[in-house]
Amino acid sequence: MEKRMFCEWYGAYYNAVAKILREAAKSPVTRQRMQEIIREQAFSESILAVEPALLSGRYPFLFPDGTSRLKHAPTMPLTLLEKRWLKAVLLDPRVRLFECGIEGLEEVEPLFTSEDVRVFDRYGDGDPYQDETYIANFRLILSALKEHRPLAVDVKNKRGVLTHMNVLPQYLEYSEKDDKFRLFTLGCRYGRIINLARILSVKYIEMEEKMEEWAKKYMEKPVINKESIVFELYDGRNTLERALLHFADFEKRAERLSGRHYRIKVVYNREDKTELVIRVLSFGPFLKVVEPEDFVELIKERLANQYALTGEEGIAEENNL
Amino acid sequence: MSYSELIKNFGRIRDYMREFYVCGFKSREEYDRKSARSYDDERRRIESWLGDYMGFVKTAGGKNVFLAIDSRLVYHNPLYKAWKAKSFTDGDITLHFLIFDILDEAGAQYPLNEIMEKLDFYMTGAGVEKTFDISTVRKKLKEYVQEGLILTEKRGKNLFYGRAKMGELPGSDLLDFFSETAPCGVVGSYLLDKQMEMGGHFRFKHHYITQALDCGILCTLLDAMQKKREVTLEMAGRGNSGSTEKQVVPLRIFISVQNGRQYLMAGFNGNIFGFRLDRILVVKEGDICGEFERLRAALDRMQQNMWGVSVAQYCEREDTAVSSDLVFESVEFTIWYGTGQEYIHNRLVREKRCGRVVKIDKHRSKFTGEVLDSRELLPWIRTFLGRIISIHFSNKALEKQFFSDIKTMYRMYGIVKDGKEDVL
Repeated sequence: MEKRMFCEWYGAYYNAVAKILREAAKSPVTRQRMQEIIREQAFSESILAVEPALLSGRYPFLFPDGTSRLKHAPTMPLTLLEKRWLKAVLLDPRVRLFECGIEGLEEVEPLFTSEDVRVFDRYGDGDPYQDETYIANFRLILSALKEHRPLAVDVKNKRGVLTHMNVLPQYLEYSEKDDKFRLFTLGCRYGRIINLARILSVKYIEMEEKMEEWAKKYMEKPVINKESIVFELYDGRNTLERALLHFADFEKRAERLSGRHYRIKVVYNREDKTELVIRVLSFGPFLKVVEPEDFVELIKERLANQYALTGEEGIAEENNL
Repeated sequence: MSYSELIKNFGRIRDYMREFYVCGFKSREEYDRKSARSYDDERRRIESWLGDYMGFVKTAGGKNVFLAIDSRLVYHNPLYKAWKAKSFTDGDITLHFLIFDILDEAGAQYPLNEIMEKLDFYMTGAGVEKTFDISTVRKKLKEYVQEGLILTEKRGKNLFYGRAKMGELPGSDLLDFFSETAPCGVVGSYLLDKQMEMGGHFRFKHHYITQALDCGILCTLLDAMQKKREVTLEMAGRGNSGSTEKQVVPLRIFISVQNGRQYLMAGFNGNIFGFRLDRILVVKEGDICGEFERLRAALDRMQQNMWGVSVAQYCEREDTAVSSDLVFESVEFTIWYGTGQEYIHNRLVREKRCGRVVKIDKHRSKFTGEVLDSRELLPWIRTFLGRIISIHFSNKALEKQFFSDIKTMYRMYGIVKDGKEDVL
């Protein structure tokens, strides 16, 4: 099966050539356009291989004027692997969020089912993917994102207070650990991130002038408040590998200081500081935060609280509290 | 052979990409691979695919290459690019586009000799001297039949070839989402490449993109599970030790969304073990296994008391996976929280997995669990430091280690000072 997954017909070169030939089926493709397509579909050095192959006739698909020798614009049916993967995806409860009714897969065996895969550490309070209101809200938000339309959203916040917001949606973020969607927005003084499960109602509104300005300014460059921490690590109990994998979802830099000592810098979003504190604590005594000082203080505060609760000789019995 | 940015084999590049992305602190000399040239070629390829994410740093030990990707900022997993770099010959690509063009007429079905004639006609028209050997074309057609791209129909003695139906593509939003979240997501990325529609409305948090590198291994294992077949795993040895082979019955894939690791839970030597997918080099499908259902039922039972993937207690026993007489370790701890900190109790509830949570009063909640290996809970329990008022492990050695680790942390951060040396 691995051999069937790693095939040239899924490759960047085939995709680039197919796209050039689709355009060449309609009108001549210039060298400049050919280069643009190769750059867009393939890799940084691909121009050196694909363009000469097409121009020299080594890939014998183009007339000298840049039109296609093929009778048809190239297309390729779905492979069995693609159909099996799609069939498996259609069994996922989250698929109801998307309006899709794919036919022609009735006879296809899914590549996997829920019996074959278990996510063992996902949190237990994920979004309600079977809830009709949630599904309707999700679909409306997705349409608004596609059409760049602003929304009026009524939300019950975590303190149970009802809030009304007019926002311009930026993108949806899904956390695999939390199993939740959040909507990132512009234009709201109450905060720019909305948990989808907290939305009571959502509807389209007219675009306001200030929103158009924000759209121009921020749509392509989302606002991200980046901060970083540096920790030192002693590679005991396989901590190095565990830490590098655990923090692999962040941009990071690792360097060896000496022997089994390492220094790792992790770049994170400011809003995730508390989460990062507990992620660092989970590594126990093999990982020590050294920078910045305010983050070190957050760790110290937790440890000092623990010390105050139970003293140095371990954790006290419950009735000692 | 001259350098090409395309590759024949995925295995070697898989190692390099993982090293550059996950580690990124080794110098050229530390890559104990075939040769320095091999390192240079692989580095150049990865730079060609992922140059925007590649960085270099000079250290006393030499120049270190790393990939720095904030997975929260990308719409599509950049590591999938490696799967789109399979090498091919000029003949492969020529035949590919010509065969599908020949079979593109409505309802077109041709026997091999007619396809050969059409290919020759085309090649002559294009002024190309090269012609294709009939066995090469037959082999290529057979390959496409196996992939479901071409269908065959026997008419008398002749086999006629025709295109399979195109197949319906879902919208790009569905593919954008599931290519990042479903197992073997690279297949979704292949489908996205066929999509003309632009998506890009989803980003992902807690997103471990290294799973991309193990898609091929995972796909073979999932296929074997569907067929209830045994497999032979070639596993990487630790450090410089060579690889080993194990014949196992694949039962289920366990995935962590907190560190991105994927494990195969499989029957092996009468027990059930977890094998990390990133350590599997090759999977070969074997015979159908009559024990599949029984072993999977045993895993279902064990799962009720597994915190993660460890079956340590279970594997020390001599009896086999059919036994329902499992031995558990117990863990219980109580945490304290203040007024207005109800979210701490809620956190315990949503993160408890197979454990139980009881609210003792308005300031205290208690977690209890019976698990196959309580060692797996340690990192999670440490995240509640600052709030733990009591804790008990039935595994006393582990309890001792837990207390000792906390004392070490007190010293590390200067909460207590006793003059002892720390490891850090």
